[in-house]
Amino acid sequence: MSDSVSMMPEHPPVTDWIRDFDHTDPTWTENPFPIWEQLRAASPVVHTDRFLGCYMPTTYEAVKQIAYDTEHFSSRRVIVRDVRPEITQPSPPITSDPPEHKPAKQLLLPPFTPDAMKKLEPRVRAICNELIDEFIEDGKCDAAARYTKHIPVRAIAHMLGIPEKDSDLFIKWIHEILELGIKNEEILMGALHEMTAYFAGHVAARKDKPTDDLITTLMNARDKDGKPLSDAHVLGSLRLLLIAGIDTTWSAIGSSLWHLSKTPADRARLTAEPELMPTAIEEFLRAYSPVTMAREVVKETTISGCPIKPGNMVLLSFPAANRDPAMFYDADKVVIDRKENRHAAFGLGIHRCVGSNLARMEMTVAIEEWLKRIPDFRLDPAGKVAWSEGTVRGPRALPLLFGGAG
Amino acid sequence: MLRAAEGSARMSGKLKIHVDQDRCQGHARCKALAPELFDLDEYGNAHEHGEGRVPEGLEDKAYLAQTNCPEFAIEVIEE
Repeated sequence: MSDSVSMMPEHPPVTDWIRDFDHTDPTWTENPFPIWEQLRAASPVVHTDRFLGCYMPTTYEAVKQIAYDTEHFSSRRVIVRDVRPEITQPSPPITSDPPEHKPAKQLLLPPFTPDAMKKLEPRVRAICNELIDEFIEDGKCDAAARYTKHIPVRAIAHMLGIPEKDSDLFIKWIHEILELGIKNEEILMGALHEMTAYFAGHVAARKDKPTDDLITTLMNARDKDGKPLSDAHVLGSLRLLLIAGIDTTWSAIGSSLWHLSKTPADRARLTAEPELMPTAIEEFLRAYSPVTMAREVVKETTISGCPIKPGNMVLLSFPAANRDPAMFYDADKVVIDRKENRHAAFGLGIHRCVGSNLARMEMTVAIEEWLKRIPDFRLDPAGKVAWSEGTVRGPRALPLLFGGAG
Repeated sequence: MLRAAEGSARMSGKLKIHVDQDRCQGHARCKALAPELFDLDEYGNAHEHGEGRVPEGLEDKAYLAQTNCPEFAIEVIEE
């Protein structure tokens, strides 16, 4: 991380969070929860002049209103960045607004239903065990680098029909697009072009020899007029599936393990009462939601009494909404048997995450398999937990001790 | 916030559920929590199973599904 940080233009440190918030500030990266509490206490919507002007809704209600309002808020830009260059490479449906959104999304939904995920589950279980085999004898590992990172990337590669061994390349692109790209246009565009070229090769190969995978499914898809999708549409959706499916779930699994490593009571309870796994997974999703989205204001409006002006971006923080005490009792506590949990970790409204069933299956399997083989583990006091910067939050270093080590 | 009225469900014994198709976005929480009461279509969007009548003994599950729907798309009707 340190070599890449030096390439970024510096943002001045934040001294006034309410009027000058910055989600790339190291204080936010390390521990955003007290900041969100402070902002929520100040106003349901706050604003910063950074990122060429950006709002942030701080309550569940304000986040929900914006997520449902596609008239005033466009999805054409879904990352809050320092620059707003012309949009040249959309990734439908995440960057689509109505009416284009629905048909683009419907193409992607059937391969991601809960039933479809059941078929993929044995492969994910095997991936988890192959990874654990590599470090269990050591009595310690960086779980972010050796476990959580590899599960989603291998699973989505398996679904798309691209080699699981290309994983390191995918992870490099994700880092360049979602972290370095916030402040560096050249790195972002470089990664997008590399990805497009990579997928174009796989699409070309399938024109001669179709395969039974998601790339071929997309190539065979027809729009409502019965026409095949353009190559640009197919490539955009493939970029989206790869980007969206990797560091998000990497983060969610990592945060769950991080919580369990420092909460022996929850660990013991989940091991003794595995039937609590579904509510525990939902609670980890609520309390440690990894994904913050964005919108661009396209028409003047009012949200929760606050004036909203075009020309600004919106940092759409589902994670902050999920910590709102007006919506969730004990919002800042992790309650693994929480019974009512209408969390918004996968978004609200038409842009509900296409991969939510995949993410839930991967999280469940990854935590189940880890607890089966490593029921007792703790943070390694000799190491340091490091969190990702930007709009997807999760541990990127998670040093753990288990067994008799340490 | 809507709270589950689990006690009254047992007393009435007659419940119907309905999924608002305009609100449902396919989170599929209802299917996970009450598979007997909901079906998913090919896109993963939910609708009530059959006529939406809740068999005796599954009343709690109906309310559980309702109170875990992120889109507030599930209606539980006491007849």
